[in-house]
Amino acid sequence: MSAPLIDIQGLSISLRTRDGLKRVVSDVSFTVAPGEALGIVGESGSGKTLSMLSLLQLLPPGAVAHAHRALYDGRDLLGQSRLQMSGIRGREIAFVFQDSLTALNPVITIGRQITEVLRLHFSLSAADAQQRTAELLAKVGIPDPSLRMRQYPHEFSGGMRQRVCIAMALAGEPRILIADEPTTALDVTVQAEIVNLIQQLQRDSGLTVIWVTHDLALLARIADRVIVMYGGRVMEDAAARDLFEAPRHPYAAALLSSVRHDAAPRVPATLAAAQAVSAPAAAGCPFTPRCPEAHDRCRSSAPPLLNVADGTRVACWARDRAPPGSVAS
Amino acid sequence: MTNVPPLVSARGITVTYQRKSLQWVGPKRQPLQALRGVDLDIMNGEVLALVGESGSGKSTLARVLVRAIEASAGTVAFQGTDITHLDGEALRGIRRHFQVVFQDPFGSLNPRLSIGAAIAEPLIVHKIATGEALRKRVAECLAMVGLEPSLASLRPHEFSGGQRQRICIARAIACKPQLIVADEALSALDPSLRDRMIDLFQDLKDRFALTYLFISHDLGVVQRISDRVAVMYLGRVVEIGSTKEIYRHPRHPYTQALMAAVPVPDPVAERRRRYASLPGEPPSPANPPPGCPFHPRCARAIDRCRTAAPLLTEAAATHQVACHLPD
Repeated sequence: MSAPLIDIQGLSISLRTRDGLKRVVSDVSFTVAPGEALGIVGESGSGKTLSMLSLLQLLPPGAVAHAHRALYDGRDLLGQSRLQMSGIRGREIAFVFQDSLTALNPVITIGRQITEVLRLHFSLSAADAQQRTAELLAKVGIPDPSLRMRQYPHEFSGGMRQRVCIAMALAGEPRILIADEPTTALDVTVQAEIVNLIQQLQRDSGLTVIWVTHDLALLARIADRVIVMYGGRVMEDAAARDLFEAPRHPYAAALLSSVRHDAAPRVPATLAAAQAVSAPAAAGCPFTPRCPEAHDRCRSSAPPLLNVADGTRVACWARDRAPPGSVAS
Repeated sequence: MTNVPPLVSARGITVTYQRKSLQWVGPKRQPLQALRGVDLDIMNGEVLALVGESGSGKSTLARVLVRAIEASAGTVAFQGTDITHLDGEALRGIRRHFQVVFQDPFGSLNPRLSIGAAIAEPLIVHKIATGEALRKRVAECLAMVGLEPSLASLRPHEFSGGQRQRICIARAIACKPQLIVADEALSALDPSLRDRMIDLFQDLKDRFALTYLFISHDLGVVQRISDRVAVMYLGRVVEIGSTKEIYRHPRHPYTQALMAAVPVPDPVAERRRRYASLPGEPPSPANPPPGCPFHPRCARAIDRCRTAAPLLTEAAATHQVACHLPD
C-alpha cells in the first residue's frame, strides 16, 4: 500500500460554550490512500462534518481543533498559516457542500464564480478562464455550457446546481474531493446521476474522494472503505465489503439492519430520557445509552479504536476482548 | 371489493396557479399546472403512500384532499359526502377528521407556546375538551407518543428533532382524526430515529384505526409502511397499486427508474449493478411536454407517447398504470 495522502491521528474538536469548552469530536483517526473512496457515515451531530471542516481550517468561530497528527501529503494541516492554507484549499483539497443554493452566490453568474476560482489558483487570461469554465461545465454534464455560464444559480435545478458546485470544486484541479452530503437534498434519480458523475471523475483522473453521508446504503455503491462515527468518535473503520458483510461494532450493526429494513435488531429506544440533545457523559463510550451490549466499563471509559482484523478497526470493549469478570473463551 | 365508500375520494383534481409577469410590464407567463386531473381514493384503514420527485405534485394533492388549498377543478368527497365547496362552520366541522404532520418539526411548532398548549389548541378550536378534561387529554396524547406528560410545560426548543416530531404527532391525534396526512414526516430524521417513528405510526394506526396518506420520497420507508402506493410524475398519478405489486413488478418506466435509483446496502451487488440513468431533468410543471409527461426521458417512447397522454388503466387486479407500453 502506498503512503497515505491524508493521515489523521487523535483529532479532537471542542466548541467554546458558556459553560466552557465542550468536546464534540474525540480522538478521531483515519488515513486516506491516494485514489481511495472513503465513506464517513454517522447521524446528525456525530461530528463527521466538523472533522472534515477542521482539515481545511474551516471550523466555525469558537471551535478549536487539536490533533496528534493531521497530515496531508506530509504537511501539517492544522499548522498551516492562512496563506499556506489558501494554497491547499480548493487547489489540493476541495469541498462540495450539501446545500448548493447557499454554496453559490445568488447575484453572480455561475460562470464568474468558476472563473474566479480559476484565476485565483492559476495565472490565466480572462479568455482562457472563460474557455476553461465552459470545459468544466461540460465535463460535469451541463448542456449548453457557454449559454448557462451566463446564468444565475436560481436558474438551475437542484441537481444542475450541485453539478455547478462540483465543477467549481474541480476548477482548482484538486487531488482530494470532500463531498459532504452532496446528494441529500436531491431526488433519488438525480442522486444516481451525481454519484455516476463523481465515480466517473474518480476513474478518469484518479481523484481521491471522501464521501460524508448519513445514508449507509449509498456507501455500498461508492466507498472502498467506511468509517462509522457516533457521538464524535469513530466506532468502526473497515473495508466496505467487510462492514456490510459483518459489521463488528453494535452501532454499525444497528445502522446496517436499519438500512436493510430488517425486522428484528434495532437500536433500542431510550425514550424515557427526555433530553436526548444533552451530550453523553464525556468519559464513557457515547453509544452506551443505546447499546444492547453495554456494561459498566463502557460507562466509565471510552474504548480505544483497535485493530481487530486486517484493515478493520473497532472501538468497543465488547469486541476488543472479553468483558472484565467473564471467563475468556 | 365491498361497497363501503372510500374515506376520501378525489375526482379530476386540477390545480392551476396563475403566475404574475416577471417584470412590471412584461409578457404574461403560462399558468403553472401543479395537478392535472388526478383521481385518487383513500380506503378506510389503509396506508396509502404518495411517491414521486420534488415538483411532482404530491404535497399539492394532499393539501387539496384536506381542503387546505382549493382545486381549480375536480371534486373531493369525504365518506361519500362532497366537501369540495364546504366553508365556514361546516368546513371546520369536517376538518377535525384530517390532521397533517409536516416534515419540519422545527417550523411547525410555535416556539413561544408550550408543547402542552400546542397540543391543546386543536382541542379548544374544535370545542372537544376544556378544563380538567383538556389537561387529561393532552397528557394522554403525550403518553401515546412516548413522551412524559410532565414535559407539557416545556417549549419546543427544549426537545430534539425526533421528540419534536413526536409532539407534532401527538397534536395530530389529539382530536381523534380519521385521516392523518404525513407529509415527508420522517424525512428529516436519522435512520435509527426513523425506525422508531415508523413503529410509532404503526402502533397508533392499530390502536385508533387510523388511515394514513403517507407522502415520502424514501422508497424503503414506503415499502415498509404502506398498503398501496401511488407514483406521481409532473402532476399526474402514473402508477398505483398494492405495495407488493408495485415493488415486485413496477410497470411504468418512471417507477422502474425510481426503483433502480435506490441504493442497495450491499457492496457486491452494487458493484455489479448498472445504474440505468434517466436522461435529462424532470421537466418543469410550468412547461410540461405534450402527450405523456414522461416521454422526453423515456427509453420506450413511441410517436403516440408524444401526442396522447395515456390514462390510468388496469394492469392487474390491484394495479393501474398510465403508459401506452406498460411492462
